Amino acid sequence: MDYTTTVLSGFVALYIFMLAAFAGFEIIGRVPAILHTPLMSGSNFIHGIVVVGALWALLNATSLPEQIIGFVGVLLGAGNAAGGYVVTERMLQMFKPSGKKVKE
Amino acid sequence: MNAALLIDASYFIAAFLFIYGLKRMSSPVTARSGIVVAGSGMVLAVLASFLYTLDVNPAAQPHLTTNISLAVIALVLGLGWAWRSGKKVAMTEMPQMVALYNGMGGGAAAAIAAIELIGYKTHGSISLTLAILGGVIGAVSLSGSLIAWAKLDGRISKTLRFSGLQAVNGSLLLILLALGAYMVSQGGAVAMTVFIAFFVVALIYGVMMTMPIGGADMPVVISLYNAFTGLAVGFEGYVLNNPALMIAGMVVGSAGSLLTLLMAKAMNRSVANVLFSNFGANGDEEQGEIAGSQKPVDAADAGINMRYASKVIIAPGYGLAVAQAQHKLYELVKLLQDAGVDVKFAIHPVAGRMPGHMNVLLAEAGVPYDIIFDMEDINAEFKEADVAIVIGANDTVNPAARSNKSSPIYGMPILNVDQAKQVYVVKRGQGKGYSGVENALFYADNTQMVYGDAQKVMVAMVQAIKSLGESH
Repeated sequence: MDYTTTVLSGFVALYIFMLAAFAGFEIIGRVPAILHTPLMSGSNFIHGIVVVGALWALLNATSLPEQIIGFVGVLLGAGNAAGGYVVTERMLQMFKPSGKKVKE
Repeated sequence: MNAALLIDASYFIAAFLFIYGLKRMSSPVTARSGIVVAGSGMVLAVLASFLYTLDVNPAAQPHLTTNISLAVIALVLGLGWAWRSGKKVAMTEMPQMVALYNGMGGGAAAAIAAIELIGYKTHGSISLTLAILGGVIGAVSLSGSLIAWAKLDGRISKTLRFSGLQAVNGSLLLILLALGAYMVSQGGAVAMTVFIAFFVVALIYGVMMTMPIGGADMPVVISLYNAFTGLAVGFEGYVLNNPALMIAGMVVGSAGSLLTLLMAKAMNRSVANVLFSNFGANGDEEQGEIAGSQKPVDAADAGINMRYASKVIIAPGYGLAVAQAQHKLYELVKLLQDAGVDVKFAIHPVAGRMPGHMNVLLAEAGVPYDIIFDMEDINAEFKEADVAIVIGANDTVNPAARSNKSSPIYGMPILNVDQAKQVYVVKRGQGKGYSGVENALFYADNTQMVYGDAQKVMVAMVQAIKSLGESH
């Protein structure tokens, strides 16, 4: 199969940005206040995807400065993703039993 | 099947899982599975990224083995450290932990920008501009979040303020703009020192922007930096032609912005006001002395009084969590409920260190949701309550916010605890609250102060009520 990555530039990129922004706005807009803290933490986890970009940059590094910065980038990105996941999961875990206890 | 197709397909699925996961996280019923859904998207995206190794640019080919080992080491170290620290952190310290992880994300975005810039890898002026923008936002988010973390963690207690601060910050911003514009005008072909200067100034700006902000406002700032990091990630996604970064980054950028606005609104302040006004800086001079005195009461007496009340409303604050008294408090609540007392919790929108933080802390102690109420839903009930008990809260129950125009917290919506027949305030000592504002509630005629550590006070109340039951 012959496949090449589509280059996302110009208006295609703008469309992606616009629709993604609306999606984020709509999702958060209807959230009850009790979930604000886990949700902030959850969205914090999601931008941990930056680790993927840092990985690409590191794998394509051609000089020592690039390798050092790339290494730091992957390290920080992995920390963002893993830490964000763990604390969000821990917080949300506590919400489950209380939700069931509510109606006795 | 080639690597590019597999990678793109994985990113598409990951982007879907992120949005679907976030959607599930927005309801308490499905929230727990939401993070798992989003997490599986992350695992898929990271695994797929190793397919890049099949298709690196020719110049990087000789370094590939080194680069792969570096990548694996960095992943393992970052993941291992964050996983352990995330498992260990106490629920009370969650806000600063989120700040720390968020700063790391900002740093990663800035690192990507740095590599693209120093390697002259951007293509065209839009790509270059977004790389620079993402870089500066990421760097500001990194240093700003670190300051926010240090402040909430009690590592920095000083609040840096001087009269020329806004001028200094303004100049820093101008320097950033000038350097950025210069880089774009030269098509990115500038000396390494310019890049370094650019990132250094951006990091300093993040520090200077965060230092003047008081601890009470920090959640708004963390939420703002969360949105910043999202934006930076989105922009770097464009530079790398990576749709997963573009979508995830922009979703968080907009969701984070909205969350920031909601938080600021809950405190009745604008985001600009949080960032640029010297909150609490001159509070001491402006406030007049409050007439009256604070009347102490014994914890046991207060406990017994609540046992014979018909309606008790509890207004918890961060001090409750600091004293680790949630579990004892719930024990007290169950005792009161067994005695037929109607007990409710009243949660101020900014109780704790973040909106919703107090709900997390109460959930941790097992308090069921049907007795926890938001401020708007319960404020009208305080005048029917026999007892309102304030535990470790201060600014959120200060009537000065309603009446005293010179008070720094004037206009912030508060819990109407002062309308209850009897108010008990459980407090460590006679000091002021987190924001340094004097509280008129403590001097009111219907207020009695229960001095002591919240946990010890709860134990004393529980014992007093229990011993009452035994004598019958």
